[in-house]
Amino acid sequence: MATMTFREAISQALREEMYRDERVFIMGEEVGKWGGTYAVTRGFLDEFGEKRVRDTPIAESVIVGAAAGAAIVGLRPVAELMTINFAFLAMDQIVNHVAKLHYMFNGQITVPIVIRVVGGGGRQLGATHSQSPEVVFAHFPGLKVVAPGTPADAKGLLKAAIRDDDPVFFVEHATLYSVRGEVPEDDDYLVPIGVSDVKRQGKDVTIVSYSKMLQVALEAANRLAEEGIEAEVIDLRTLRPLDTRAIVESVQKTNRLVVVEEGWRAYGVGAEVASRVTELAFDHLDAPVRRVAQAEVPLPYNRRLEQMALPQVADVIRAVKDVMYIK
Amino acid sequence: MVTEATLAREAMTPATPAQQLSEERLLQMYYKMLLARKLDERMWALHRQGRCAFHISGMGHEAAQVGAAFALRPGHDWVHPYYRDIALVLALGMTPRQLMLALFAKAEDPSSGGRQMPSHFGYPPLKIVSGSSPVITQVPQAVGIALASKYRGEDAVTLTCFGEGSTSQGDFHEGLNWASIHKLPVIFLCENNQYAISEPVHKQMAVPNLADRAVAYGLPGVVVDGNDVLAVYDVMVEAVARARHGGGPTLVEAKTYRPVPHSSDDDDRSYRSREEVAYWKARDPILRCEQMLAERGLLAEAKRADVLKRVMAEVDDATEYAQAAPDPAPEDALYPVFAPRR
Repeated sequence: MATMTFREAISQALREEMYRDERVFIMGEEVGKWGGTYAVTRGFLDEFGEKRVRDTPIAESVIVGAAAGAAIVGLRPVAELMTINFAFLAMDQIVNHVAKLHYMFNGQITVPIVIRVVGGGGRQLGATHSQSPEVVFAHFPGLKVVAPGTPADAKGLLKAAIRDDDPVFFVEHATLYSVRGEVPEDDDYLVPIGVSDVKRQGKDVTIVSYSKMLQVALEAANRLAEEGIEAEVIDLRTLRPLDTRAIVESVQKTNRLVVVEEGWRAYGVGAEVASRVTELAFDHLDAPVRRVAQAEVPLPYNRRLEQMALPQVADVIRAVKDVMYIK
Repeated sequence: MVTEATLAREAMTPATPAQQLSEERLLQMYYKMLLARKLDERMWALHRQGRCAFHISGMGHEAAQVGAAFALRPGHDWVHPYYRDIALVLALGMTPRQLMLALFAKAEDPSSGGRQMPSHFGYPPLKIVSGSSPVITQVPQAVGIALASKYRGEDAVTLTCFGEGSTSQGDFHEGLNWASIHKLPVIFLCENNQYAISEPVHKQMAVPNLADRAVAYGLPGVVVDGNDVLAVYDVMVEAVARARHGGGPTLVEAKTYRPVPHSSDDDDRSYRSREEVAYWKARDPILRCEQMLAERGLLAEAKRADVLKRVMAEVDDATEYAQAAPDPAPEDALYPVFAPRR
């Protein structure tokens, strides 16, 4: 184990996989000489050379499209899109090709690419640069969507994503990069895709979250503990395939559920989790499921406005008390 | 007619690749062109009879496609076609049976087992990659395939094809720009049939030739008569050699015409005159190929009848075989969304 930041964990995962497998290479805007917009690939160009660390034109569609082409032929590209907001420019490649080629070819080819994107708000970058639309990508069968909330999970999930034969959309929340945590240094440390994780045990209420909101949920749980409320916090880690077993087992124990996501409530992760729990564990619920999410507005620029629109620790605490019928 | 002046000129200049083609290869080209045409006509008829849900035609494009295919090494080079490339994939080695199985979306359809639309050709054994219906999305992927060949030090080239209308899309620009920056082994073949469904070419671009755009990307752009199979072959041989030997990509514009509606879902009488269609039908690529072969004494009437007979036998066989083939089981719809776990 070593203590490192989320950024260093991602970087270490990429480096280890590039040493392990010659077929793995990185391509994207600014990944080479500049070392990535979020400094994840700093030093990589010198270490691996231009063949494996490729600066690309500012052209998201061809970044994803070319990665898909290279993957079909047997390489394992890691394509970096500067932010998840720019992934919309590559939507056709992602949705109509990457997610469907394996199926449309009846399994004759695989598309083992990782699309790394930086998501999330909270840094005053405005409405078109701060979104958390990972659910959009999780809507499409054929695409795996991963969004880690801790440095250890970031490393293990990214390594698993690179080794996976399916396309993986990998979301890194911008405000998590400087979060520190214990990370295993084993070269073969993998976190399985599609498996959630209980990050905190509790008996009174279940809080389901992922990515940056995991940190918010854990902070809320700590404060609730001071009031004698023990929340169980489940980290989804993967949005597709979604692991519902841990959630259902937890709800069977706590009988109350709050889902916390940074994106909008409408048609969101909370909606999906709530309906699955209703289908699988309706009789165990002692209160309606509550969703904590971003206000239904484009995220504003001004810091006070932005923070108003984003889910806060206090919102999670309020929702927990609501499902426990505490005033 | 081959005049004495032509012969004299040919004697003075080095032979082009097309001039070096054997009689057997020339007749193979003709066979594939005619096979594509007759198979295509049968597919239209089957659609009109309500036997299949969809068909999109490659008629009129046979010379451009067969000329291109014969310049490649099938099974070695990668091909990312578009929905009109029926003659291309036949010339590369796909069979009428395989294409008919796809038309009827049968379980045995080697592209997708009935999951993908017909005419979205894909066949991994011949390195043919299936595209999607949004146009020209194959270009960025073809660039990536070429990138992989270069990455691994292999000498395979990638051919990708598209219509002129689709070059209005951003993916065209993104792909050509990238390929040229990295001198990737890829050939961009535009089959300019002068219509994007109903929109004539002058509503897609303000330049006389699509190939003129190549200069903006720093790569060679070549215009060729897309109804002349040998002219296309010559241009393609040069482009393939350039790509294979590290010279980078080429944009080839084969000018041709679509003598039929865009797909089984439109009626072209609403957007162009019958006189215009008749003009181009008189310049049909198969007609011109037959004239070329006749001038060389390779296609006497008996020979022509024999080729047609063999072609029709293949078309009939494919139709009967595919119609009788079993449908996929309904539960086949549920997989394979993800790759099997290793």
